[in-house]
Amino acid sequence: MTGAVAPARVEARGWAWRHAGRKRWAIEGVDLRIVEGERVLLVGPSGSGKSTLLQALAGVHGGEEEGEESGTLLIDGRPAAEARGRAGLVLQDPDAQVILARVGDDVAFGCENLGVPRDEIWKRVRGALDDVGLRLPLDHPTSALSGGQKQRLALAGALAMRPGLLLLDEPTANLDPDGVEEVVAAVHRVLDRTHATFVVVEHRVDVWLHLVTRLVVLGRDGRLVADGVPARVLAEHRDELLAAGVWVPGAPLPVASAGTPGRSTAEPVLTAEALAIGRRRGAVVREDLHLALPAGTSTVLTGANGSGKSTLALTLGGLLEPLAGRVRPSAALAGGLRHDPVRWRSRDLLTRIGTVFQEPEHQFVASTVRREVAVGPRAARLASGEIERRVDEVLARLRLDHLAAANPFTLSGGEQRRLTVASVLVTRPQLIILDEPTFGQDRVTWTELVTLLRELVDDGVTLLSVTHDTAYRDALGEHHLELRGHQRVGSAR
Amino acid sequence: MHNTTTSTTTTEQPTTRPRTHRWRVVDIVVASVIGVATGLLFLFWNNVGYAWFSAADALTPGLGGIAVGIWLIGGVLGGLIIRKPGAALFVELLAAVVSALVGNQWGIETIYSGLAQGLGAELVFAILAYRRFGLVPAMLAGAAAGAAAWTLELFLSANLQKSPEFLGLYLTTVVVSGAVLAGVLGWVIVRALASTGALSRFAAGQDGAQRV
Amino acid sequence: MSAGPSLRFVDRVNPVTRLAAAILLTTPLLLSVDWLSAALALAVQLVLFAAAGVRPGTLAARCWPILVAAPIAGTSMLLYGSPSGTEYWSFWLARVTDGSIELAIAVAVRVLAIGLPAVLLFMNVDPTELADGLSQIARLPSRFVLGALAGARLVGLFVEDWRAMTLSRRARGIGDHRAVRRFATMAFALLVLAIRRGSKLATAMEARGFGADVDRTWARVSRVGWVDAAMLATAAAIAVAALGAAMWAGTFHPVWS
Repeated sequence: MTGAVAPARVEARGWAWRHAGRKRWAIEGVDLRIVEGERVLLVGPSGSGKSTLLQALAGVHGGEEEGEESGTLLIDGRPAAEARGRAGLVLQDPDAQVILARVGDDVAFGCENLGVPRDEIWKRVRGALDDVGLRLPLDHPTSALSGGQKQRLALAGALAMRPGLLLLDEPTANLDPDGVEEVVAAVHRVLDRTHATFVVVEHRVDVWLHLVTRLVVLGRDGRLVADGVPARVLAEHRDELLAAGVWVPGAPLPVASAGTPGRSTAEPVLTAEALAIGRRRGAVVREDLHLALPAGTSTVLTGANGSGKSTLALTLGGLLEPLAGRVRPSAALAGGLRHDPVRWRSRDLLTRIGTVFQEPEHQFVASTVRREVAVGPRAARLASGEIERRVDEVLARLRLDHLAAANPFTLSGGEQRRLTVASVLVTRPQLIILDEPTFGQDRVTWTELVTLLRELVDDGVTLLSVTHDTAYRDALGEHHLELRGHQRVGSAR
Repeated sequence: MHNTTTSTTTTEQPTTRPRTHRWRVVDIVVASVIGVATGLLFLFWNNVGYAWFSAADALTPGLGGIAVGIWLIGGVLGGLIIRKPGAALFVELLAAVVSALVGNQWGIETIYSGLAQGLGAELVFAILAYRRFGLVPAMLAGAAAGAAAWTLELFLSANLQKSPEFLGLYLTTVVVSGAVLAGVLGWVIVRALASTGALSRFAAGQDGAQRV
Repeated sequence: MSAGPSLRFVDRVNPVTRLAAAILLTTPLLLSVDWLSAALALAVQLVLFAAAGVRPGTLAARCWPILVAAPIAGTSMLLYGSPSGTEYWSFWLARVTDGSIELAIAVAVRVLAIGLPAVLLFMNVDPTELADGLSQIARLPSRFVLGALAGARLVGLFVEDWRAMTLSRRARGIGDHRAVRRFATMAFALLVLAIRRGSKLATAMEARGFGADVDRTWARVSRVGWVDAAMLATAAAIAVAALGAAMWAGTFHPVWS
């Protein structure tokens, strides 16, 4: 990319937006001025309308059909809706913003829509891919990209349009640490070269802190709470930020760190012997794995992307068939069943091994939170009085009782995660397996979850968690398994 | 399918909000998603439903029509969710294209069927001026799609060569099946979708969903 | 639309032309219900596809639904086709006669002649190229064509979701029973996911300027040339020859009479 683009200027005066069908304004009273080339980090509690503001700046918040607007929102003095093309937007979900099947076509898409001549398009496509460090053939399939690569692809697609304003809406929330690093490095390179005005929304403040020059904090109704140099705002508004779920750098987490594995001498609940794993027959991801899960202990399983962590967890959970070797339950876990977990009936798993999936929405089967939690106890054929009692107890414990009649799909990310844990807890399994339980959680929901899991372990439940999250490992990694390279599982601590 | 007892939508009432008939990008993309998903459902039904269709049809006159409704559901879903002129036609047609190009026993002619069935449903929504999207309009749309399918099959499947008794029975079963398997089922699905919040960018998901 | 073995000639033809050729070839065949026109068209198709490189194994693997459907369509016509000539068997409304036997054979062959070309012509079509062709050659509105293309790609990504959902049903104690209900909850959840992602994708597309009133340019050019003309001519020639032969032999039997 060679053509220099003038950075954009943003001005909001009393701006507000209300979604169609709602009584409350999603965001109101926004007064904000961002000068050319400024780099702004925007934070606030969930529901403060940060995404709405970003989408409005990009001119894509939908017309009259989707809500109503008041006040003014200008880019370079023109209404934002008319300045489409001046702003480039990258969203949170990597899968929902890949538009076409091939890398080159996807980056070219925005240029085509702006009516850029063909030769110029391909020049820009190569330049943009270079800028974000995606050195792949233009016909590389987009479906084969990792999360971090998809986000860099989206960034390249925005860059190829030569925007004067770059808007990122939680671009790293769904990424593992490697992916986060890739994206941040790419953005850094791009900004240093283009000097575009930059606004990013993110809970993980530390990720962007070295790059931004200004921190803006929105309150629950979207009004400005604080605005200024990041270090000063972080110091002066620390408590508000923590309450809003922002990961304030350096703030100690209100959870105890994991003790040494005191009970690891106990009989393991589950032992893997010469285990080979894979999603389907003939596709072995790992082989000759030997490991044991100590009873009543929290074990954390880590490893690089594609190392087979999730596959291992699903295999240990009795959901995927071992491709070789076996997963042997202790007598206490098997509770009279003779075979290995993968041979157990579906409802026999309920009281023995519970699995919490990475994506809550993959788990939902009922139309209300209450029914969702009752699915397991019903399948286990508990008496209806007992079902009611247990469901009430679990809903109260996980602070979901006020949502009992809500549809699971309508819950927030933190609530959805609590619900999936609740629907597993309710049948009281001895072993609970969790796949990336803290993915995309803000600091408040993270703390709640970790505290709850800590309590479970103290009650004698065995946990196995697949995670990339180092803070989670510090809090719950009494026992640590790491899948390294293509070696056996090592035990480290 | 999910129960939707918590929803109290009264979609029989015409919405008062000013609406435009121009398709937004989100209308196009979501209509396409629904169309392709419906096409995949067809691929499944092309085997399961067709097994019934052909067994019933080989042994009884015209009763195979009972299975036809599922093939008509695209128009109802499109009309009820998108609520724009052409939505019923677009979704049913796209579903048919997917079904044809992935491969089925009716080849390119599936597209003609999709066109006819989509037009049948579209006609009902058009007559109602794209203002009514309740259970009754859904059933009418399904039934009309069935009638259109029957008419086209007179030529496409050479049904004109069959006896009037067969054709009468077949028309009845196709229309009833369209009203139930496309109309009622489609309406239930749309309500269930609305209660998940997935349709929040659509009028279909905003009516009666005054949460905040 | 998934990739099959590469075909001579066919693979060089624009997807839109292939669509047009399939329409041109099979639509006229609908006019008549006679065994001769259908059989002749089918025979020529089989020879041409064999020449292009379709092997019997590929044919069976790709076209089995059609191979199954043909005798079934024939049976229905055998029982309920308009009766004429000698009656061999009857039960309630079902009557097997000379006339219905002839119609049954004609319909069974017709299903093959109409069904095979669409599947085989579209065996190797790339959806992006089809969309390019539909917008640039057939001049369909690009907002709809590209929106459909993006939506279709999204649905294609759901294999992983489906797998995770299957495992989660087992983990939740409902993996062994009530398969129909389980299938319904998974299909529904998939639809919810698809619509959610579709809504976000629409935002991402708009952020890239899609749907604005600007004249769009095309990074990829969709071209047609002499191979396309040759395919269309071939398709038309087969249809004309098949119907012509039927008329000449006196077997032509329009559907409306």
